[in-house]
Parts: sequence; structure tokens; C-alpha cells
Amino acid sequence: MPLAGMHNRNRDDLNRSQDKKSYETSSGIEIERVYGPDKTEKFDYESKLGIPGEYPYTRGVQSDMYRGRLWTMRQYSGFASPEESNQRYRYLLEQGQTGLSVAFDLPTQTGYDSDHPLALGEVGRAGVPISSLADMEILFDGIPLDKVSTSMTINSTASILLALYLSVAKKQGLDISVLKGTIQNDILKEYIARGTYIYPPEPSMRLVTDIFKYCKVNVPLWNTISISGYHMREAGATAAQELAFTFSNAIAYVKAALESGLNVDDFASRLSFFFVAQSDVMEEIAKFRAARRMWAKIMKKRFGAKKSKSLKLRFHTQTAGVTLTAQQPENNVVRTTLQALAAVLGGTQSLHVNSKDEALALPTEEAAQLSLRTQQILAHESGIPDTVDPLGGSFYIESLTDQLELAAFDYVDQIDEIGGAVEALRQGFQMKEIHESAFRMQADIESQDKTVVGVNKYISNTPPIEKLQSIDSSQVNMQVERLKEMRINRDNPAVSSALERLRGVVCRGENTMPAILECVEVYATVGEISQVFRDLFGEQKEM
Amino acid sequence: MLDVNRIIRVLVAKPGLDGHDRGAKIIARALRDAGMEVIYTGIRQTPSMIVEVALQEDVDVIGLSILSGAHMDLFPKIFEGLLENNMEDVIVVAGGIIPDQDKPILEGMGVRAVFGPGSSMSEIGDAITKLVCERDD
Repeated sequence: MPLAGMHNRNRDDLNRSQDKKSYETSSGIEIERVYGPDKTEKFDYESKLGIPGEYPYTRGVQSDMYRGRLWTMRQYSGFASPEESNQRYRYLLEQGQTGLSVAFDLPTQTGYDSDHPLALGEVGRAGVPISSLADMEILFDGIPLDKVSTSMTINSTASILLALYLSVAKKQGLDISVLKGTIQNDILKEYIARGTYIYPPEPSMRLVTDIFKYCKVNVPLWNTISISGYHMREAGATAAQELAFTFSNAIAYVKAALESGLNVDDFASRLSFFFVAQSDVMEEIAKFRAARRMWAKIMKKRFGAKKSKSLKLRFHTQTAGVTLTAQQPENNVVRTTLQALAAVLGGTQSLHVNSKDEALALPTEEAAQLSLRTQQILAHESGIPDTVDPLGGSFYIESLTDQLELAAFDYVDQIDEIGGAVEALRQGFQMKEIHESAFRMQADIESQDKTVVGVNKYISNTPPIEKLQSIDSSQVNMQVERLKEMRINRDNPAVSSALERLRGVVCRGENTMPAILECVEVYATVGEISQVFRDLFGEQKEM
Repeated sequence: MLDVNRIIRVLVAKPGLDGHDRGAKIIARALRDAGMEVIYTGIRQTPSMIVEVALQEDVDVIGLSILSGAHMDLFPKIFEGLLENNMEDVIVVAGGIIPDQDKPILEGMGVRAVFGPGSSMSEIGDAITKLVCERDD
């Protein structure tokens, strides 16, 4: 009986697999039953892959990859208040985290101080509230900024937050030229997907290139932008769209920098990238490899970059927030582990692993620790970091890498034809494409063409997570009170004249960074500085 | 889906500074496909903007989508506005990242249904139709 049963099941399985008309990746690439040498027959190793650390960098940007240095374990966090966030950072560093990653709340990201009416309910929710240098000093209290690298997810207000970081470093007695870190500073994807833009695209692009120029001279090790596919993918893009829209945006930034008078090799090495690691493990590994090859080609062929550093795609990876389920939350640990595995097999430079409770709230300390441990297990127990690009040469992976590159370049061409990323987003092209993919994916889940374990299949009643991270409203009140007090006690005439000087700098078309630094050093707030730009640049309505 | 004699009018709105609009856009489209008239006003809507549009457009339902965690502060403002404008009959439902512990409080405020992560388009459409039918009975 058991044998007969097994037989039947096998036959059922076979029938089922025959019923399924086609197998596809998220990008609609058809998957064959098996891949063999015919797929790589005319495969030119030198031009397609090359030696790791050499053009076209498909296998990795370093010759020794993780043997030389493991990826940076960088858990994104920030919540409630500068005090609470500072404690979380210290905790994560004590637990062996190797870099900081700051999440700012939405008022900070959209240029409103914690006491602004539009900040109601948002202060300290999605990240840490930073209104002035007083907050930033608390955020990094006791953390020597020459010993850590810090990534800040900040876009419209990136130049202000960078200025605040530099000011804290100066107060710690440091030469800012030694500082290492990243600001996201990728405004174009905000219009497409993430939604924290303030000003129209042109003046926003000017703020971006002002940062490029300022940092080239003053903070040479700083990654001045993290061109992000992550949020577009989270909004619904496929893997191919993620690559294409990211690189179209990157092309727009490079062009803007060139037009502002910079030479490509002067800033290209400070451009960094940010991708998601989604659940389709094989397609994701191929995506990271295709990304490196694409960027090397773009920089070399399209922009004539000469330095090898200008051609190397360095990227941060975060596991996919959208795949986290509120149902059976323990399953999320398995999901994020698989996604993190894809990121490491894809050769990421840094990684954030989402926590199991994040379908419902910001992670608790315990959940964040488990995410860090996931990374440490991959790094120290899995054996994966011991060799470079372990899956290189796999018939399937190489075939997928080629096809993703083709599909993505096809989209880049379409955007070029429209007139580039800025014109395309003005027409809503990327938004529409992303929405179509998102809608299709949702329909596939509801028709059960796509299985989400615990949501549309294998449903069971598991108890909800008992302890979720909550935001202490007394922390939020304290933040608002401190800000009000600070406004009274600072040198207000100095603030007014610094803001006036900034106004002049903006109007004369000079680099805004030095004037912003002057403003933050006399405790002008994020909201006040943003207001100067709001007045002069105008505000962008949703496109 | 239940029978309705007229077209249900729905405002899909995103209160607060949150820019995550994937869900709101999908729901707006799904409700439209289900035969409803949908007004989607985009991101960063203040409570007063939401009440104003609901009033102008004479909607049956307001669907609030929020992922930033600001719902406990913003929703009461919306209900205050509805009360001021004698719009207590407008059905308010919500979706997004809303912890279980907040649900009873929101329901006490007047939110008729809360759709968490994993809710399906058909489930939301059916629930809205049912709520409108019950109200109009």
C-alpha cells in the first residue's frame, strides 16, 4: 500500500508538472527543463566572465572577494528618538555588526522638523527623527566616526544630513577626509517608487551633483550616491526592470555630473548601488552578476571611463520586505535566509537581512539580532565565502545572466528613446511598467498561480507575534520639546544670516554644500534649510 | 459579490508622509475592475484633504492605506473632519501595516474593517460591497 501510494503521488506530480504550461522567472524569462553545454557552447569566457576583479567583473569586483574581506553586515535601523536609536546602534556594534545604517523618519526625509504640523504621528515611526545638529550629536554619541562606516537612507534632504554628519565628525575632532559611508541621495527613484521627493527633478539633480563635487575634494572616501533598484522592485518591478530602471537612473546621474563639469573618472568610483535580494534565488544570483557586467559596459563604452575603479559595480543588498508575511511569521526567517544566500552568492559588498516581525512593525532588538546572526552563519559556517563566484560556469546561471542582461538593456534602450530617465518618469513610464508588474503578481497570488506559503496555501492558525516593537510616545514628546528649547537657546541672528547666505548661494548657482554646512553648524534645522529650497525651487506634485 | 443597484463610489487615500503606494494603486485598480467608481488622490494627503475630497466626490467609502505607523494619530483627525461635515454615514476601511493591538482601538473610532498584509483584492472588494449594502438596507 505505501509503495502504491507513493507511485500514484509520483505520477500525480508528473502530470501536474506537465499541466503547468511554462516555467518563468519573475522577469518572464522562460526556464528550460534542463540546461546543458549547448547553452554555453559559443561561450567566450574572457568576454563574458573574465578573471574576478577584472573587466567585465561578472564574477566579482575583487580578485579574492570574501577571502580579502567579508561583506559589511549593516542592519538598517532607527526609531523613536536619537537616544533610543543610539542605544540600538551601540547594541548592534557590540553584537559584531560592522557598519551602521541609519533609517530616518518621514518628516526628516521630507524636510519637516519634528514639531511641524505635517509631522503629526510620523515622528520616530519609520526611523529616527533628526531636526538639527543637537539630535545628530545624540545619535552618534560615543560612536567614533573614524572607526565605523555609516550608510544613511536619505534623498531629498541628503545634503543636509550629510552636512550634519560631517559636523558631528568635526566635533569629535576628526578630519572629515577620513570618513567612510554612503548617502542614498538617489532622488530619481523617489519619483518612480519611494515617494520622499520634495522639489522638481532639475533642482534636485543640482543638489545631487553639488554633493558629488563637494565630496570629491573634501570627503573623498564617501559614496556620494547609492543608486537604488530596491524600492522600485519592492513597488512591483521584475528583476529585469529593477536592473534597467536603476541603470537608466545611473546614466542620468552620470550625464548630470558630466554636464556640471566633472570628469567621469573623478566621480565614478564613488557611485554605489543598492539592490534587493528577492526569493527567486537563481534569478537573483544571475541578476547581481548581470548587473556588474552591465555597469562595466555602460561606464566603459558609453562614458569612456578609463580607471578600473570607475567600472566596478559595488552594491548593498537588502532582503525583500514585500515577501515578509504577517501569517506564520517564523517562515520569514527561512525566506530571508534564502534571499541573503542569493546576495552572498551574487557577490554583494554589504547586506541587510530583514527581520521576521517586519510585516507588522519595526524589528525588536531580538529580531534584529537574529537577522545579524543569519549573516554571521552565512559568513562563518556556510563555506560560501571561501571561493569567488561559486556558481560561475553553471549552465543555468550563465544562461540566466545573459538573458537578464539582454532584457534589461532592452528596457534601457526604450528609456533612451523616450529621452532618458528623467523624461521617462515625467511621462510616468517606469511607474506604469512597475504597476503592471505589481498587479500581475497580485493576480497570480490570488489565482494561486504563485504560491505564498502560509498565505494562499498551507494556511494554519499560528499565534501572532506577541512582542512587537512599539514606539514610546514619551520619546517623541521629548524630541519635540528638545527642538522647541533648542530654537530658543541657539544664536538666532546667526541662524538667520546663515539661511540668508544659503539663499544667495542657491540663487547664484554656487555649490550649496559649504553654505548648508554653515547653516547646520549654527543649529539651523532640517526644516528651515529645506524651506529655503522649497521657496526657491518649488515643490513637486505627484507625477 | 453581492448585488448592488448603483455604482459604489470609493476614495482610496494615503494619509501622512508615507510614499508606499503599491497596495493603494493595486486596490484602486481592483475596485475599479469590480465595477466601483474609484478616486485615488495619490500620496501625502492630510486628514483635511481626505475629508474635503470625500465630501466633494460624495463617496460611499474611504479606503485608507498607510504603512508608516502614523494611523493612530491621523485617523482620529479624519473622523473629526467627517463628524464636522455630517458625514458619519461614510464607511471608512483601512489597510497597510497596522498591528493587531491597534485594530480594536481603530474599530472603536469607527473603522469598519482593517485589511492587513496578505489580504486579497477580492476579499477587500467583497467586504466593501457588503458594508455598503448593509448600510443602504
